Amino acid sequence: MLSIKNLHARVEDKEILRGINLEVKAGEVHAIMGPNGSGKSTLSSVIAGKEEYEVTDGQIFLEGEDIGEMAPEERAHKGIFLSFQYPVEIPGVSVTNFMKTAINETRKAKGEAEMPANEMLKLIREKSELLEIDRKFLSRSLNEGFSGGEKKRNEIFQMAMLEPKLAILDETDSGLDIDALRIVANGVNKLRSENNAVVVITHYQRLLDYIVPDFVHVLYNGKIVKSGGKELAYELEEKGYDWIKSEN
Amino acid sequence: MMELKEKLLSSFMAFEANVDVDSDLHNVRTEAIKNFEIKGFPTKKEEAWKYTSLNAVLKNDFSVFPKQENVISHVEVKKYFIHEIDTYKVVFIDGVFSSFLSSTTHDGLDVCLMSSALTKPKYKEVIETYFNKIANIDDSLTSLNTAFASEGAYINIPKNKIADKPIEIMYLSTGTEAALMVQPRNLIIVGENAQVQIIERHQSLNSNPVLTNSVTEIFVQERAIADYYKIQNDVQSANLVDNTYIAQKGHSVASVHTFSFGGNITRNNLNFYHQGERIESILKGITIIGDKQLVDHYTLVQHAEPNCESHQNYKGIFDGNSTGVFNGKIYVEREAQKTDAFQQNNNILLSEKATINAKPQLEIFADDVKCSHGCTIGQLDESAMFYMQSRGIPQKEAKALLMYAFSNEVIESIKIPELKSRITKIIATKLGVNMGFDL
Repeated sequence: MLSIKNLHARVEDKEILRGINLEVKAGEVHAIMGPNGSGKSTLSSVIAGKEEYEVTDGQIFLEGEDIGEMAPEERAHKGIFLSFQYPVEIPGVSVTNFMKTAINETRKAKGEAEMPANEMLKLIREKSELLEIDRKFLSRSLNEGFSGGEKKRNEIFQMAMLEPKLAILDETDSGLDIDALRIVANGVNKLRSENNAVVVITHYQRLLDYIVPDFVHVLYNGKIVKSGGKELAYELEEKGYDWIKSEN
Repeated sequence: MMELKEKLLSSFMAFEANVDVDSDLHNVRTEAIKNFEIKGFPTKKEEAWKYTSLNAVLKNDFSVFPKQENVISHVEVKKYFIHEIDTYKVVFIDGVFSSFLSSTTHDGLDVCLMSSALTKPKYKEVIETYFNKIANIDDSLTSLNTAFASEGAYINIPKNKIADKPIEIMYLSTGTEAALMVQPRNLIIVGENAQVQIIERHQSLNSNPVLTNSVTEIFVQERAIADYYKIQNDVQSANLVDNTYIAQKGHSVASVHTFSFGGNITRNNLNFYHQGERIESILKGITIIGDKQLVDHYTLVQHAEPNCESHQNYKGIFDGNSTGVFNGKIYVEREAQKTDAFQQNNNILLSEKATINAKPQLEIFADDVKCSHGCTIGQLDESAMFYMQSRGIPQKEAKALLMYAFSNEVIESIKIPELKSRITKIIATKLGVNMGFDL
């Protein structure tokens, strides 16, 4: 599904990613953990195609296709979804109409016809129920005045609507109380299948009790310094990141 | 080539020869041309014209009277009208009334011609009461218009009458003249407790230079409601100076929406004068321009009586080498206690070379008022762009959606649904996208 080879990236003069290698197969859940400033969010932004970051070396493949030169929207059309750590407020655009636009622009890019209105409404109803989202919420301006939890739930709602092949959840657990965390995790789990993959980026092990990973990677100083099964997350929780820092 | 000012002054003699010199109007016109002769065209030396120069435009060898009557088929111009609904229409071609394209009425309300109102005895009293009564007689361009005032729309909605359909005032230029200057004069009276919706548009049909110096006087009587919409989406060779004067009586509501998407130089002088209590005035605008276009909004709200409200909200998006000017003046007289005046002006600059000059002016002489103003100048939010793109919305569409959302507050307050969808379509075209903006 996703194959990252020797990825180096920098923002302005600062090198942040220093040779990332990662293989994610369909049906798998990978967790990327690491202390603050290790490059976790940079990695997710680079995969999604944020232009601020300059890829200086290495490649990113999605289903064998090099996506390194693609615009963010092209990557989205190929099936990449990034759940933002800090979702952006867009005043004047409602959640519903943002989703309509996103879905229809994606279909347009694939040469498909727009989704009929009744089908769209049905889809919105179904997915909003999955994320336990109030209907009134959908007519509000996107993320404007949303609580931290509402923003994250809305991210996963969008993920459910767009049905990506590869979902990257960047610190989706931050700012969530335990109930919201359960709803969000439940949403993600229901969307998992043999045909898609999830990369969970998190600082804490907590989310991984709900979204159980097949593999855990530790990112430090722009490199993956340790990989293992889900037990690695517990080990990190127990020993703290100083353990990683002292080894590297 | 004779200078335009000289040409206008000498043309005035010829014009005078054709009108009744015994009428009261004769004195009004003579005073007006005198004022124009003294003041001439405004220059950048004047504070009110600091950012907008007409010099280059005035170098054109304008015809000041159209030489011939021109005919246009309905098919050619249908798209400029709100043709999805039935409307009254007062249409002018090169300044001359086109009965063929118009749809006027005298049935319960008057939607007809200024030339009739100025000359027919039955309108004499109305003209004496209202003509040139609220227009600023010191303003040179207004005076110039008054001197030559002969044609335009005359609309009179009697007491308690709700106009059954919107009225479209359309000024078309054919380009038959190499360069044409027109001076439309509109008079609109909305009687006590009456209601009306009016859409005004100036449209050139080819690329010969046009200079329109328009004056509109609107009288909104007690408890009346008047909604006025100006569509400015003209070609690059068209220039417009719009002078609109609105006098409101107690408990009335008047709104003016100005949509400026085209033209070379567009100057909007919009003036509201309060003549009663509990008046509400609404001034809204969306400007989306690029290239070397210039749109200059010069607004005045004169709060003269207690307990009145005014709301101003102007949005501007500037690309290319375009220039925007917003000069919004709120004047609160000493008697105007409990005034609630609000002014907002938000701008987005899309290019390094685009300019916006914004100047809110509040002059407050009453001590118990609520006045606020806010002005922002920014760029498109890059993080919002990335967010939208990451959800599959292409860059151009994401940009358009953000700009549309930025303007939406103003679009939302359009009361005629067909006009709202028309404005939405014009914006989509302007932004180069094929989207419905179904927000």
